[in-house]
Amino acid sequence: MTTPILEIRNLHARIEDREILKGVNLIIPAGEVHAIMGRNGSGKSTLSYVLAGKDDYEVTEGEILLNGESILEMEPNERAAAGVFLAFQYPIEIPGVATMTFLKAAMNAQRKARGEAELLTPEFMRLVKEAGTQLQVDTAMLKRPLNVGFSGGEKKRAEIMQMALLKPALCVLDETDSGLDIDALQVVSKGVNALRSDSRSMLVITHYQRLLNHIVPDVVHVFSDGRIVESGDKDLALQLEAKGYADFDGAAA
Amino acid sequence: MANYDDIPTLKENIDRATVDSVRSLDVDKYKYGFETIIESDMAPKGLSEDTVRFISAKKNEPQWMLDWRLEAYARFLTLSEPTWAKVHYPAIDLQDMYYYAAPKSTPAPTSLDEVDPALLAMYDKLGIPLREREILAGVERPNVAVDAVMDSVSVVTTFREELSKVGIIFCSISEAIREYPEMIQKYLASVVPVSDNYYATLNSAVFTDGSFVYIPKGVRCPMELSTYFRINEKKTGQFERTLIIAEADSYVSYLEGCTAPMRDESQLHAAVVELVAMDNAEIKYSTVQNWYPGDKDGKGGIYNFVTKRGDCRGANSKISWTQVETGSAITWKYPSCILRGDGSRGEFYSIAISNGRQQVDSGTKMIHLGKNTSSRIIAKGIAAGFSDNTYRGQVSAHAKATNARNFTQCDSLLIGDKCGAHTVPYIESRNGTAVFEHEATTSKISDDQMFYCQQRGLSEEDAVALIVNGFVRDVLQHLPMEFMVETQKLIAISLEGSVG
Repeated sequence: MTTPILEIRNLHARIEDREILKGVNLIIPAGEVHAIMGRNGSGKSTLSYVLAGKDDYEVTEGEILLNGESILEMEPNERAAAGVFLAFQYPIEIPGVATMTFLKAAMNAQRKARGEAELLTPEFMRLVKEAGTQLQVDTAMLKRPLNVGFSGGEKKRAEIMQMALLKPALCVLDETDSGLDIDALQVVSKGVNALRSDSRSMLVITHYQRLLNHIVPDVVHVFSDGRIVESGDKDLALQLEAKGYADFDGAAA
Repeated sequence: MANYDDIPTLKENIDRATVDSVRSLDVDKYKYGFETIIESDMAPKGLSEDTVRFISAKKNEPQWMLDWRLEAYARFLTLSEPTWAKVHYPAIDLQDMYYYAAPKSTPAPTSLDEVDPALLAMYDKLGIPLREREILAGVERPNVAVDAVMDSVSVVTTFREELSKVGIIFCSISEAIREYPEMIQKYLASVVPVSDNYYATLNSAVFTDGSFVYIPKGVRCPMELSTYFRINEKKTGQFERTLIIAEADSYVSYLEGCTAPMRDESQLHAAVVELVAMDNAEIKYSTVQNWYPGDKDGKGGIYNFVTKRGDCRGANSKISWTQVETGSAITWKYPSCILRGDGSRGEFYSIAISNGRQQVDSGTKMIHLGKNTSSRIIAKGIAAGFSDNTYRGQVSAHAKATNARNFTQCDSLLIGDKCGAHTVPYIESRNGTAVFEHEATTSKISDDQMFYCQQRGLSEEDAVALIVNGFVRDVLQHLPMEFMVETQKLIAISLEGSVG
């Protein structure tokens, strides 16, 4: 069997004294898109932060393997260079730093970490143009400071554009549909779908089924009280939408 | 369809510089800390009337200059050190330092060929282009004429002939005292009076070298003029004096850079810079100050007590100060504008970075005297480590300054929780038509910003450098190109070790 892109084994994590992840097990083989659904406060976003290596969380037990290698001891930037990308639910503003500047700094930092040569400007411009066209990110937007004064749709488009340029092995999308109207949702979903490939896995975190009509998952997991309590195909999402999460609360107990 | 080709190349250069700066992060924190072994001609240690006479004699000064210095020295003896700034340091023993140090082998070089090769090697190491031929051949940084000052003397001034063709004088102040005495007598201390303050008075008595610039009427200086100051000798104070005169309808852009070796003891640098702009003249003065800041525990470093002032003497004249302050253990510096001419304009753009145990008390004064005068202040302070960073500024309108306008923006950025940022504005208006605006903000680099940048692959230090470069962007844009690139590198290096 080939090594899955992501393997999470019995993952426990806490913030201060509060345990939030209570034994998460998850395998995402290359090329698959998995969705995690769960109500607010179930620990979905925590899972995304722990995968990306945010400082505030302490992993007390378990393992996270990316392409078979543990990433638990890696800094967030090392994980990024190894291929972890987190599309933020609320992208952070970086005042005074033009989006274009940020993109180039991020791409070159990752290339440097992997021992690759830095991008030359013409090549960079070509890549940006390509990704920008698909996600309706124009020059004017690239000149603006990253996320500062961006609309909800602009922020998410900028996130997916970064994802497209950084070409991660694992894409984690945290509530990417929040703050999007239907038109923006379509643009963003189209961008995400274009990045589906045999060598890449995605973890789509959402609490609405709506997004999964646009980004159709191979597997849907139900998250409750810090762990996965049920897994199924895309119909599980429809079932959840119809019945709510109540049926699964017992399973977590 | 969006056009991606109209993004200025300028931006691209900056991006490359940012990346370069990131690369250079693993080099020594203060990369100018080396010492050059050059035999020096020194004055006897200590400050006295004899010291003043010694300096004047070394410079072959005329009697009137010696008298002027002695008068300043007599005045100095009646003054005491100012204590109002928010800086703390052990008492400076003025008797325990040298007031004159000159590289021995170069009493008065007339061309680069006569300059000690060790000196040229030192400036090479500092990245200062002195070799005119190379520059002319377009090898590096074209269009900058340089006056290099080491310790107490001007070592060499480049491009003089080319400049003199359009009537521009660019030489050391020592030479100007000998060659252009009428001009010196007319303008020296006409902006910063001898009695202005303790350090300015001391400077007047013992100043050793610096630059003199004269731009004739109607001339637009064809290249950037630049002075590079280097303190090399131990226990030596540097007292430089710079005088720039821009006659009516002229323009000049002047750059100043400074470095010093790493030493355990602190060294004093007390400069005076005077600018005079006549009708419709414009002077743009930019500084990148990177004196040795001391080690992480605050040992050593330069005490930088500087008086810089520009006089917008003519109608519609303009003086613009841009400063990047990253070095020195202590910075006490307030480049100011006297807006005397009607319609004159003063600008002050500042980036002041403090890390380790550095203390910065810096800002500006905009003195509105004429009608319809305007001024603009944008000050960005970045404090990290255990440092203290104070903006101190004064904006005043005289009774006759009808329609005076000022806009001030002071932003402070804190990195970590052991440093301090302070803003002390003084605003005074004696004219009812004056409009003064003041905005101030204080912010921190948030953990969320750091995490976001790191998630995209930037290391902690890259992330801080990027965020700080964003914070200072409004000011960076006012720097000449060469300095903009250098500054971005400097920001990253200055803040090394500020996180984690």
